[in-house]
Amino acid sequence: MMAPKAFAAAILLSLLAAAAPAKAQTPLTEGIQIGLSTDNVSITAGFSGADLTIFGSLENPDPLVARQGRYDVIVVLEGPPKPVVVRRKDRVLGVWVNLDSETFENVPMSYSVATTRPLQDITEPNSYKQLSLGASNLYMQPADAGDSPATIEEFTTALRERKAATGLYSENVGGVQFLSQNLFRATVRLAPNVPVGTHKARAFLFKSGLFIKESSAQLEIRKSGFEQSIFRVAHNYSFLYGVFAISLAMLTGWLGRLVFRKD
Amino acid sequence: MGIYLPIAEISVNVFVLLAMGAAVGFLSGMFGVGGGFLITPLLIFYNIPPAIAVATGANQVIASSVSGVLSHMKRGTLDFKLGGVLLAGGIIGSTAGIYVFAFLRRLGQLDLFISLLYVVLLGTVGGLMLVESINALRATRSGAAPVLKKSGQHNWIHRLPLKMRFRASKLFVSVIPVLGLGAGIGFLSSIMGVGGGFIMVPALIYLLKVPTNVVIGTSLFQIIFTSAYTTLVHATTNQTVDVVLAFILMAGGVAGAQYGAKAGQRLRGEQLRALLALLVLAVAIRLAIDLFVTPPNLYSLSALGLN
Repeated sequence: MMAPKAFAAAILLSLLAAAAPAKAQTPLTEGIQIGLSTDNVSITAGFSGADLTIFGSLENPDPLVARQGRYDVIVVLEGPPKPVVVRRKDRVLGVWVNLDSETFENVPMSYSVATTRPLQDITEPNSYKQLSLGASNLYMQPADAGDSPATIEEFTTALRERKAATGLYSENVGGVQFLSQNLFRATVRLAPNVPVGTHKARAFLFKSGLFIKESSAQLEIRKSGFEQSIFRVAHNYSFLYGVFAISLAMLTGWLGRLVFRKD
Repeated sequence: MGIYLPIAEISVNVFVLLAMGAAVGFLSGMFGVGGGFLITPLLIFYNIPPAIAVATGANQVIASSVSGVLSHMKRGTLDFKLGGVLLAGGIIGSTAGIYVFAFLRRLGQLDLFISLLYVVLLGTVGGLMLVESINALRATRSGAAPVLKKSGQHNWIHRLPLKMRFRASKLFVSVIPVLGLGAGIGFLSSIMGVGGGFIMVPALIYLLKVPTNVVIGTSLFQIIFTSAYTTLVHATTNQTVDVVLAFILMAGGVAGAQYGAKAGQRLRGEQLRALLALLVLAVAIRLAIDLFVTPPNLYSLSALGLN
C-alpha cells in the first residue's frame, strides 16, 4: 500500500479582518466558518486513501476563553446517505448462513471525525445524542420500526462496528488544531474505499462543553476522468461496455498467442 | 503500486493482481483448463466483492480460452459442430444462471451459494481425478499396460433419441446429453465465474466418450462463447464487470500460461492429473473451512441492491 498522500484541499478563509469590533459592549456570539479550496476531490488510479485538510475560523472568539483552551471544535466529513442491509450469520447444519437482517435508511456511507480533544472530554454524552454527532451517537433509522428494540440495537452496533472496521467510520482525536486564536485546521481521513458522491463537511463549535454553533460545506468526491468514464459507461451503456470487455479479452488472448507462441 | 478499480471501487495492488494472474495462467497453461475456478476464489480472498469477482473472472477466462483455441485450431483438434451444440445449451444455462445470481444476491445468499457450489463441485471433481490418477500412477509403476477405453462400449446416454453425427469427434450420439451438459456448464459459468473446463473435460471424455485430443480444444471453444455471453449479461444486468481488474489479470495470465505450458510438457499425463486434482481439492478444502469455521465477523453489510 502507498502511504496516504496528503490532499491539501486548502484554505478559503473568511478571515476575521472585518470581524474585530472589540469595543462592543455586549459580548458578540461566537460563530464558526469552514472553507474548502475546492468543492470536489478526484480519486485517481493511484488512490489509496488520503488525508483531507479543512481550514476554518472562529468568529468573535472570547480571547480569555480561547487562551484557556476552552473552545473545542469537532469536524465531521459525512458521506452520502444510503440504505444499508446488515446481515447476521448463524449456524445452520454446521454451515454459517446469513439469516437475520435489518435494513437501515439513510446511513452515511462514511463518517470521519476530527476533534480537538477526545470526544468524552468535550461535552456530555447527551448533547452528542441530541446533535447526532460522532459515529457511536449517529442515529440509524431502521426501515422496519416494528422490530424489537433489542434487535435494532444489536444490528445498529454491528453496523457501526463493521463501518469502523473497514475504515469508513473513523475518528481522529487531535485532528483539529488551532493555528491561532481564531484559525484552525482539521485533518479528516478518506479511506481507500471512500464512497463517491456528495459529502458534507460539518464543523461544531463548543465552548466550555456547551454547543454554540455549526457550519457546513459540501464536497464532491468523485472518480477522476478515466475511472469515472469507465464507471459511467458501465452503467449507462452497459451493453456496449460488455461488448468492449469481451473484445478486450479476445484481443489480449490473441496477442498473447502471437507474442508467446511456442508452435 | 496501488490502483483504484473503477467498478469494484477499492484500491488494490497491481503487482499482487499480476502475480495472481500469472500464477493462475501458469497452472492453466500446464493443465489446459481456463483457470476460472482458481481466479474467482483468489479474488474473493483478496477482498474483491464476490459479485464482481465472478463477473470479472468470466471476462478473464475469455482471454486464456482464445489463446488456447487458436493453437488447437491450427492442430485441427476442434469439433465445431459439437462445440456449437454445447454452446446452444450453454446459452440457455447461462441465462437461467444470471437470473438465479441476481435473485440470490438480493436475498443475501449469493456468497454462500457460490461457496457451496465450489466446495461440492471442486471436491467431487478433484476427488475423482485424484483417485483415477493415483491408480494410473500405480499401474505404470507396476509396469502393467495402461487400461485402454473399450470402444464400442455404450452406456445409457447412447440409447437416447435425437441422434446426431459429430464427424471430427467420430461420435454418433443423442443431442439431449450434449445440450444438457452445455446448459449445466453455462449455468455454473454464470454463477461461479468459471468457464467450466474442469467439469467439461472429464464429462466429455467419460460420459460422451469424445476422443481426448479433441476434448480440450472443443471445450475451450465453447467456453469462449459461454464466458462472453456471461460477461455480457453480467455487464448489462448487474454492472459487475471490472475491465481494469480483468485486464491486469489477463496480462499476467497470458504470460504465465506460456511458461506453464512449457513446464507441463516435462510431466507425464497422470502426474499432471494428480497435481491438478490436488490443486482443485486444496481450493475446495480452503472454501469448505470458511463455511464451517466460525467467521471472524458474524455481521456483514451490503448496499440495498437496486437490480
